[in-house]
Amino acid sequence: MRQRPSFWYAAPAFAFFALFAALPMVLVVLLSFTSWDGLGTPQPNGVDNWARLADDGQARDAVGRTAILMVVSWLVQTPIALLIGVWAAGRQRTRAVLSSIFFLPLLLSTAAIALLWQVMLDPNFGVTQSIGGWLGDVQFLGNPSIVLYTVAFVITWQYVPFHTLLYQGAARAIPQTLYEAATIDGAGRVRQFFHITLPQLRYTVITSSILMIVGSLTTFDTVLILTNGGPGAASRIAPLHMYITGFSGFEMGYASTMAVLLVVVGTGLSLLVMRVTGFRSMTSQQEGA
Amino acid sequence: MFRRSRTHALITMVAMVAVAAACGTSGPSAGSGGGGPFKVWALQDPALNPIEKASAEGAGGTLETFGNDPYKQKLRVAIGSPNAPDVFFNWGGGNLKEYVDADKIVDLTPVLDENPSLKSAFLPSVLDGAKIDGKYYGIPMRGMQPVVLFYNKDVFTAAGATPPTTWDELLALVDKFKAAGVQPISLAGSQAWTELMWIEYLLDRQGGSDVFKNIRDKGPAGWKDPAVLQAATKVKELVDRGGFGTNYASVGYDVGGASTILAQGKAAMHLMGSWEYTNQLQQSPDFVKNGKLGWVAFPTLPGGKGQPGTVVGNSSNYYSITKSSKSVDAAKKFVASGLNDEKYVQSLIDAGDVPAVVGMKEKLAKAPNSEYTTWIYELVEKATVFQLSWDQDLTADQSTKMLTQLQELFLGKVTPQAFVDALAAG
Repeated sequence: MRQRPSFWYAAPAFAFFALFAALPMVLVVLLSFTSWDGLGTPQPNGVDNWARLADDGQARDAVGRTAILMVVSWLVQTPIALLIGVWAAGRQRTRAVLSSIFFLPLLLSTAAIALLWQVMLDPNFGVTQSIGGWLGDVQFLGNPSIVLYTVAFVITWQYVPFHTLLYQGAARAIPQTLYEAATIDGAGRVRQFFHITLPQLRYTVITSSILMIVGSLTTFDTVLILTNGGPGAASRIAPLHMYITGFSGFEMGYASTMAVLLVVVGTGLSLLVMRVTGFRSMTSQQEGA
Repeated sequence: MFRRSRTHALITMVAMVAVAAACGTSGPSAGSGGGGPFKVWALQDPALNPIEKASAEGAGGTLETFGNDPYKQKLRVAIGSPNAPDVFFNWGGGNLKEYVDADKIVDLTPVLDENPSLKSAFLPSVLDGAKIDGKYYGIPMRGMQPVVLFYNKDVFTAAGATPPTTWDELLALVDKFKAAGVQPISLAGSQAWTELMWIEYLLDRQGGSDVFKNIRDKGPAGWKDPAVLQAATKVKELVDRGGFGTNYASVGYDVGGASTILAQGKAAMHLMGSWEYTNQLQQSPDFVKNGKLGWVAFPTLPGGKGQPGTVVGNSSNYYSITKSSKSVDAAKKFVASGLNDEKYVQSLIDAGDVPAVVGMKEKLAKAPNSEYTTWIYELVEKATVFQLSWDQDLTADQSTKMLTQLQELFLGKVTPQAFVDALAAG
């Protein structure tokens, strides 16, 4: 066995994790079996919160919206990020300039992004109003059946640059020799993409997908500012529903129950993705490995 | 987001342990009126904060201010912890009741009994806003903010219309303005509290003030009162008639929304709290200065049981004192003498507020914008009931559910009957 640094090197990190992640998580699990309005002492109420969660239509709808948001964000973000990333890994002349422009949203804070889009999509004074005509009278933030997709669009706009960066880095790491060999064998660019680039980026796709999936499960700030879950509850996704229950309704016990559910589902989903994709074996497919 | 709620919970738990530990040792010394400046917490307001600061510091306190939503959360976590403020700003009503029920608030009834001049200094309907189970827990410290119907005089003149005095007139105006291609009523429907104003007034006009008092005091079953269904049906009729145009669901109050539409003449009317005047004065000064902004009381509802003079809105804001405070005596002295103080009241008036203090008419008449402020003052003075905004008067959990259902009603996603059923189910 190779010499490894002592376990104690990791102690500060573990202590930090225990104090700020593990301990609060334990407390949330405990709180989920209580009724607590934030004042006084939490009152144990057994499995009442869990029973309530089981037939809470609003919570179910919120989870459904989160699922839609998750699927839509993944379906839209992955191909865009993958293509831009692979393109940005190349050596084109315009690459540096265009990539910088593409990465711009990455520099903005979430609050700024949400406010920006809120103003742009304003039905009376927004950009959609100015470009007028061809968009018709579409209520991007006001129509309950559209708003969730508007949210997905804004989130995509915000996060595509980050995933692009992942793909760009990974695509750069693919050995040039593979492409040279393929060229000699007569493979065109499209074939090279599907037979070299894509397989080589496999683990990046998985990493980026896990980030997207868990990310959509916990997306919160953008939606809070952009729509605050509205109109009605049309964009009230699970974390926001939990927040509103906890910090507007001050039903801390019940909100903790939702938090536990989110933690379990989030962890479960990432484990599932790793399992299904064989991510854990993590063997390199590159020559010489 | 769950990360934040987890850390929050942790902090609170730690704080609670600390409190429990502190209680064990500091028992005997509690309430002995220890020294040090007392802490006053209030909501951010650029115009009013300097006045509040001066008044608090004059009495030996310090002022800290917070934004609206963070304030409610911070207060909830802080009260009962060692970092609780001694004096804090609140809205009275059910919101304050939760703290009273948790035994965190000092009963100020003795203070008012000892100072009859203090009690008689405030308008009774406003003082009652912080009266819980027959006891007073807060003293009014800001101006009154009743909800009134604003309108654009130019738009009315162009359509040859006069402001509505009855509900039927309002409905007729909706048709008239629609035909003229103007949105009849501006509504910041992305924020539920703006929609709340409509149903608050409609329910009061329809069934009288007792219907909501019943809901607040006896629980959600009170929503089953037939007047609630009638009021909700009226809301739906107004929405379906096109009263609020088509895009109200994405209009906000904060970002250049509903108020600007009114000022630009794209909409004819706007039901809003009295702060709309100052808001318009800042956003569209010419609109107000040229006398184009009009205002009337909410229309009456012939056949309804409610008294026509009742107003809804934020009666005032109040200062309350926390039981855990180490400077209860200094804090009591502050709320007993600082808030009806002539200089304090005059500063409020100068800042454009309408204080809830009796006999203000002449003072208001001398100050700028007197036409508007004296009208507001008289409106509240004449009202026998000042119904506090429901979202402040209900407990937080009920209020959150009610606001969600209300937005669904305005969107047409639930019927008035389903609205009532959902609320009555609790």
